[in-house]
Amino acid sequence: MIASVPMEHCLIFAAVLFALGLAGVIVRRNIVFMLMGVEVMLNAVGVAFVVAGARWGQVDGQVMFIFILTMAAAEVSVGLALVLQLYHRFRTLDADAASRMRG
Amino acid sequence: MLNHLYLIPAIPFAGFFVLALTGRRLSNASIAFVGVGSVGMCALLSASTAIEFMTNPPAGRVFTQTLWTWMEVGSFAPTISFSLDALSLVMILVVTIVGFFILLYSSEFMQDEDGYSRFFAFMNLFVGSMLTLVLADNLLLLYVGWEGVGLCSYLLIGFWYRDAANGQAARKAFIVTRIGDTSMALGLLLLFTHLGTLNIHDLMQSAQNQWASGSPTAVLAAALLLGGALGKSAQLPLQVWLPDAMAGPTPVSALIHAATMVTAGVYLIARTHVIFTLAPAVQSAVAVIGAATLVIAGLSALAQKDIKRVLAYSTISQIGYMFLALGVGAWSAAIFHLMTHAFFKALLFLGAGVVILAQSHEHDMFKMGGLWKRLPITFWTFLVGAASLSALPLVTAGFYSKDLILWHAWSSPAGSKSLWAAGLLGAFITSIYAFRMVFITFLGEGKREVSHKPGLRMAVPLLILGLLSIIGGFVELPGPPGTLPQFSTLLRNVLPEASVEHPGAGTELILQAVASLASIAGIFIAYLLFVRRPLYAEFLSKIPGGSTLWSFWFSGWGFDQLYDMLFVRPFVWLTQINRDDFIDAGYAAIARLNRAAYSLLSKTQTGNIRWYAMGIAVGAVVLLAIVVF
Repeated sequence: MIASVPMEHCLIFAAVLFALGLAGVIVRRNIVFMLMGVEVMLNAVGVAFVVAGARWGQVDGQVMFIFILTMAAAEVSVGLALVLQLYHRFRTLDADAASRMRG
Repeated sequence: MLNHLYLIPAIPFAGFFVLALTGRRLSNASIAFVGVGSVGMCALLSASTAIEFMTNPPAGRVFTQTLWTWMEVGSFAPTISFSLDALSLVMILVVTIVGFFILLYSSEFMQDEDGYSRFFAFMNLFVGSMLTLVLADNLLLLYVGWEGVGLCSYLLIGFWYRDAANGQAARKAFIVTRIGDTSMALGLLLLFTHLGTLNIHDLMQSAQNQWASGSPTAVLAAALLLGGALGKSAQLPLQVWLPDAMAGPTPVSALIHAATMVTAGVYLIARTHVIFTLAPAVQSAVAVIGAATLVIAGLSALAQKDIKRVLAYSTISQIGYMFLALGVGAWSAAIFHLMTHAFFKALLFLGAGVVILAQSHEHDMFKMGGLWKRLPITFWTFLVGAASLSALPLVTAGFYSKDLILWHAWSSPAGSKSLWAAGLLGAFITSIYAFRMVFITFLGEGKREVSHKPGLRMAVPLLILGLLSIIGGFVELPGPPGTLPQFSTLLRNVLPEASVEHPGAGTELILQAVASLASIAGIFIAYLLFVRRPLYAEFLSKIPGGSTLWSFWFSGWGFDQLYDMLFVRPFVWLTQINRDDFIDAGYAAIARLNRAAYSLLSKTQTGNIRWYAMGIAVGAVVLLAIVVF
């Protein structure tokens, strides 16, 4: 196997990427940026799968990444539709505005 | 003919069901036809049963008819069965015949009232229950009848339920008798656990064989049964409900609260006399209670203004005589007085009903007067009833029965001179209050117009009961051979003869003379105080002690106030404290806890999507931390 970047580094990279995405989701109020945060988190998971596949020389990691890509595409289409609906109803992109279902 | 015994209680029950189910749609005439006719049929059946029983007595002079087994639990298998002996024969005759005439009377008396069919339905239910009570061959079935008559008494006292006071009186009667009923139920349980059966005949036999005289179990059983009898028969200390029970319609007072139901206690003790004989202490308590009650209630009757309350206290007092007789072992004398009392007290109540109706529902005797000219039939029959109540010598039924009781109170081994003296004092008071009532109500000047004259259906029962109040006593006289047996001879198979300790015809005659004198003296004093010299009575009530005593007697010796202080107020106080039921508080706390948890959790539902994302993230971190470390 060709000498490469150590797996730990790659996993730490994925974790940092995931944390950044999560922070984006939690901190940003603009729903478009929240969706982008979700994309970042999904890609962090994808990195983790690819790294794991490379580590054990299995193709499954890359297969999972393709799945995640597909799912992300579907998620974005649904998510953008919801964003449009939100904007249509509330005339804003602030996610906190849609909090009518509080207990 | 005896095979039709079951029909006697069944017919009134059928009448009840017909009236209860279809009563609203029937006309008054057909309601009266069903209601009175059913009991009339019963009376005819009872009469023919009596003839059959006398001319062709069944083996052992007891006829038992078993209909079916009620239930079967282990060795406990009570049956629905009726048993006819001389004692229950007398009882069914009294209940059906007096009941028939009272119902005939009420068909006119209640004519203008709402709930005509309700009245007859309840009355039929009552007669059916009472007949079940007296015909039952085991104590459990007897208890069913016992509770049935109690229920009907409650329903009929509160018949005019729109007035809250009547409901109060009904509840009072129900609760006070319930105290006695509980004691009786405990007595039944005790008898069953010790003797293993509730069949009256077997029970008496095994009690006789297994229990020594005066053994603690026998005393306890007798005392518990006595408790039931005291409640039902309104004897000291449970007599407080009967005067208030007069809130019901007058025919109800006549049938239930004078002639039949209240004497059920006497019947119960006579029926279970073996147990009482085995418990001499309790039996003498019966005599003492009877003697005390008859004097106390008699004096209370003396001070009443309401004509029905006079009769109510008089009923308590007369049942006191029956208890006195039971207590000294004169069983058949008690039943004899029960019968004559049923005749004359029903008569007096029905007469009082006519008077009350004629004076547009006025109960106060002092607002009446001079009625003898305008209600002649009522006056003469009422006079016969009062004479019978005060035991006017030789011509009235009350004389024969009361005299027999006084004689046994003196002569029986359990009797004593003081019991006899109490009875004699009671007889004296009885004739004063009976004739006070007659004189105030019927003599003097008329104060009100007579608004209603009794029709045929009210007059005939008065006349027949008046006749019975006179000839009812002659059954105890020894007749020429070949005719009907003497009353006590008839009962001898069921109830043992009272033993006489100090025999001698001379003593008996002297005692009779003394009792007659007491009765006549009472009438004379009533005449003096209330007709001849009314000023004397006024003077007596004016002297300082007199008015206090008068109001004390008027309130029935303050028993109501005493019980109010001892039981009612503490109970109300307790319920007030425990308004929020303390057991309920536990359940309420669970509910409150849930509510608090709910409001806490509902705070986390902010509707803010970023908050949820945060929650998921923190949860995931915590779970991972648990898994890793």
